Amino acid sequence: MNERMKKPAIHLLLALLLTSFGAVPPALAQLRLTITQGVTDPIPIAIVPFARAVPADGGLDVAQVIQRDLESSGRFKGMARTDMVFTPTTAAEVDAAGWKQQRVDYVVVGRVSGQPDGQVRIDAELVNVLTGQRVAGPFFTGQAANLRNTAHRIADALYEKILGVRGAFATRIAYVSVDGKAPKQRYELYVADADGANRTRIAESPLPIMSPAWSPDGEWLAYVSFERRVSAVYVQHRRSGTKTMVSARAGINGAPTFSPDGKKLALTLSGSNGNLDVYLLELASGKLTRLTDDPGIDTEPVFLPGEGSSIYFTSDRSGSPQVYRLNLGSTERPKRVTFTGSYNARPRISPDGKQLAMLTQDNGSYRIAVQDLATGTVQVLSKGSQEESPSFAPNGAMLIFAGRERGQGVLQTVSVDGQISARLDADAGEVREPVWGPFLP
Amino acid sequence: MKNFTTTTAVLLVSLALLAGCKSKPPEQPAAPPPTTDSTAGVENADALAGDTSASMGPSGELLSKRIVYFDFDRADIRADSQSVVAAHAAFLAKNPNQKVRLEGHADERGSREYNIGLGERRGQSVRRALALQGVAETQLTTVSYGEERPAVAGSDEQAYGANRRVEIIYLK
Repeated sequence: MNERMKKPAIHLLLALLLTSFGAVPPALAQLRLTITQGVTDPIPIAIVPFARAVPADGGLDVAQVIQRDLESSGRFKGMARTDMVFTPTTAAEVDAAGWKQQRVDYVVVGRVSGQPDGQVRIDAELVNVLTGQRVAGPFFTGQAANLRNTAHRIADALYEKILGVRGAFATRIAYVSVDGKAPKQRYELYVADADGANRTRIAESPLPIMSPAWSPDGEWLAYVSFERRVSAVYVQHRRSGTKTMVSARAGINGAPTFSPDGKKLALTLSGSNGNLDVYLLELASGKLTRLTDDPGIDTEPVFLPGEGSSIYFTSDRSGSPQVYRLNLGSTERPKRVTFTGSYNARPRISPDGKQLAMLTQDNGSYRIAVQDLATGTVQVLSKGSQEESPSFAPNGAMLIFAGRERGQGVLQTVSVDGQISARLDADAGEVREPVWGPFLP
Repeated sequence: MKNFTTTTAVLLVSLALLAGCKSKPPEQPAAPPPTTDSTAGVENADALAGDTSASMGPSGELLSKRIVYFDFDRADIRADSQSVVAAHAAFLAKNPNQKVRLEGHADERGSREYNIGLGERRGQSVRRALALQGVAETQLTTVSYGEERPAVAGSDEQAYGANRRVEIIYLK
């Protein structure tokens, strides 16, 4: 905690940025991002204001969106516009030596242009000031109304050109928001861009909503709602809102996650005798397969990415919650995976299948940890006392999870090496259970 | 004094029922619950939002106590709650048409879905105690809200203790 406090916090006042551009509806800025810890020497980069396309760009400051994305990764430090002596919009105009004197490593320039078909195109160019190398592109074209998203894609590509890993800025998160004081609360499920902008309410209820999960194509969300006073699992289409109750059996219906092919859900059912076990539900046929039968609590199943041949889940069959793996189609008993500490729960597997993220008890606090599945090495990534619900970004570089700040639930991110953390504060109420969606098609 | 007579009554009723009826009702099939249940119209929006402790159900020193509290990570009924559970068992055994919903809860620490499991374990614990004391299985349903519906806001031992509970909700 102290170590973190020493680092200067860069406050990105999203609300301020957005309200200064008239075309962006003011209701977008309900989550505010703060970098709480970055790398010690972030890469200095200048994102020069892009050539505008008026009125096709709707007044959106594309360079500002890209700069905020790159800074939010904790790996870049954007140059203030007031310090920019030159404002080129093509790579050919960039005087590398001049920028070098201003101590930036990279310069990004670009142009926004309206297309004959009504779409808007963004062209960006990257100049490595140290080598003088000019990299053409990326460019992306999209609907005028989705220009922010197109800008996020540019940021993803720039991030990859510089760091070798695809960025995850043009992605979405889902999370649960809770308003009001216990016991009279309202529960809402939201989807927002990864930076917290563009949030859309997916569901609301005076009774709990929990455990959202993305389909692999990002079109559907599964979640648990108690709107009928008992738990049921719903699958809802993100855009149309079409909602299907897929499990409302006696007892608990909980913890849904999609299989990598999107055709099945793993979920938890208890039946009326209250024994929680993990099941597989085929969405098209409704066919149900029981996967565990231990008298302890078996819950929080998640598929191994890729083929989806294994399922990781939480079980307290050994006396305390630990993570287990079962191989689908095998009659072997599930194998215990976690051995460090007395509480390891809510497993999530990295997109490359190599790391396990989980909630762990660490010196009396509940924190986010990752375990290397090959070596078993565990690293605790977070420093709070009441954290939960880790979820990998689709590029595997970051985790989003729920933490606490002054008694309120906030969303936090941390890089998988633990070097960079950020916080997404809600402007009202409590936010929790974030889940990072897939790369957008 | 009052405790003594209630306990005696509970014991007598329990013994009578245990002697008279040994056959366990068949396990309910795993079917979706009915879309409207018998409580429709009893609970208003406020009740849905959390204030369910209202006016339904019997009164009396023990019967007016509708919450059973639990220790950390435990689902066994504490000695200080045994008399409350016994009083409800006696009342329900005498009123076989009366149904109750047992709502299990956990404190906020740890994983949410795992806490749903802990809340369920507590609800089942009260359900077994009531059934052992002569209440018919058909009078009892359980639901677990885990840590999702705390009775008290806060992150201290006092709040945790108040939130680890089973609420006995009398249904019309």
